[in-house]
Amino acid sequence: MNEVILELDSVVKRFGDNEVLRGISLNLHRHEVVCLIGASGSGKSTLLRCVNLLETIDGGTITLFGQSLTDVRIDPDKVRRHTGMVFQSFNLFPHLTVLENVLVGPVRALKRKRSDVHDEAMQLLDRIGLRERSDEYPDRLSGGQQQRVAIVRSLAMRPALLLLDEVTSALDPSLVGEVLDLLRDLAHTGTTMLIATHEMNFARDVAQQVVYLDGGVLVEKGTPEEIFSNPQHESTRLFLERVR
Amino acid sequence: MVNETDARLSEETPSFFAPRRKQLLLGRRAIVASTFSTVLIIGGLFAVFLLAPGGATVRHFFFNPHDMWQSFVGDHRDALSSVGLGLLTNIWVFLVAEVFVLTFGLAIAWTRMTKSPVLMPFRILAIIYSDIFRGIPVLLVFLLIGFGVPALQITFISNQSLAVYGCVSLILTYSAYVAEVFRAGIYSVPHGQLLAARSLGLTNATTMRRVILPQAVRTVVPPLLNDFISLQKDTALLSILGVIEAVQAGTIYQDLRFNSSGLVVASLLFLAMTIPLTRFTDNLIARDRNRRLASS
Repeated sequence: MNEVILELDSVVKRFGDNEVLRGISLNLHRHEVVCLIGASGSGKSTLLRCVNLLETIDGGTITLFGQSLTDVRIDPDKVRRHTGMVFQSFNLFPHLTVLENVLVGPVRALKRKRSDVHDEAMQLLDRIGLRERSDEYPDRLSGGQQQRVAIVRSLAMRPALLLLDEVTSALDPSLVGEVLDLLRDLAHTGTTMLIATHEMNFARDVAQQVVYLDGGVLVEKGTPEEIFSNPQHESTRLFLERVR
Repeated sequence: MVNETDARLSEETPSFFAPRRKQLLLGRRAIVASTFSTVLIIGGLFAVFLLAPGGATVRHFFFNPHDMWQSFVGDHRDALSSVGLGLLTNIWVFLVAEVFVLTFGLAIAWTRMTKSPVLMPFRILAIIYSDIFRGIPVLLVFLLIGFGVPALQITFISNQSLAVYGCVSLILTYSAYVAEVFRAGIYSVPHGQLLAARSLGLTNATTMRRVILPQAVRTVVPPLLNDFISLQKDTALLSILGVIEAVQAGTIYQDLRFNSSGLVVASLLFLAMTIPLTRFTDNLIARDRNRRLASS
């Protein structure tokens, strides 16, 4: 097993009186893919947002590369530059072309020269078959294409870790495949990913570890084999039956 | 099998033809109907104007071609100001004001929305500013600035021309409005855009400049232009400070020659300025609407 890069220890998050994360503990190793499964509202998205510091936590610790993210001396922008995040609703920048969407992070956040990043960006677009469409605006693309651009936009930052928040949930069923294929491809090339998903077959295929959340509680974690074929908890069993 | 009490669907064959009176407004007849009503309404308004008991008097006092021309060109030997030249004052005032209003409006909007702890006092000041200048009638701002600031007797600041004080009054008032327009525009950008930008590691300022503002500005252009049309018209308030702009020149002509045609000339000149902008704004709105309809 590679070294642990992300360590969650009894993470608690509240929105007012509503406790959405109730003491989640989880480790993520380099080159590992971990899938978070669970019903809507179980806390999967919130967990991802906490890792990316889009939300602050109310208890426990999150340690990334040995540094506690709750330390006041931490610069959230620096953390985010190393943890890519992809959203359910793509959130591409509509006023920028596809290429500019991919360039904006490296150029504006990492202050790299546009000419230096350009070739890299085109290579990434090539990888998803959209090189020819680099000068078009996102609204000309299908949902699946937009989501693949969004993934590539995160990759252009060369993150150490990719956080994916139900990235296929807003897509037409016919477009889900192309996005999942890209993620499979990334998994095979060793990209470290923490993925919230409703796609159980995909989770079974790519994950080294599957984590089942229910009501903000980490009910069960294990290999895909353990979770999908032999779940230990009644609620895991019921959930898997419902989504099948 | 049909339960009699639950069978509520009609068995009759419905007729879809409109009643005879409504038929007069359908199909090709619609053009006839609209032409007829236009002629009737416009003609009616003209008739009222021409046949009113005081119609002839009004035509003489407001629409006299000789007086209209005289007031437009003015007569410097007779201390008669030209409405046409007066308009130049209106024009430079609103051109200068618009540049400052855009800058200040954006700066105020930005200040009100930053979370930087250092800018806290400015944030409070920006809120107070917006409240004050949206709350005081423009007319009062003109009087307070126009007569109050010179009375302060501060070098430079108190020695400006009245037109400058008028311009400053417009800038103060309209910046407060335009700041609100910008703020609404910024809030109209979906939250996901902010999340996506921040999660790329862009700083708050870069996110604002590269992601939020470009999108916000696009949505606020029509309301912004509306405020500018209004600003152009409000340059007429310079007249209450005694600045000889278009309206004041018309009033002077009225006082000296007992004829109000100069005021009509001023109105026509204002229309010549604002109508292109109004049309342009409406076109922009229509185009934006079409684009949105097409993309959804």
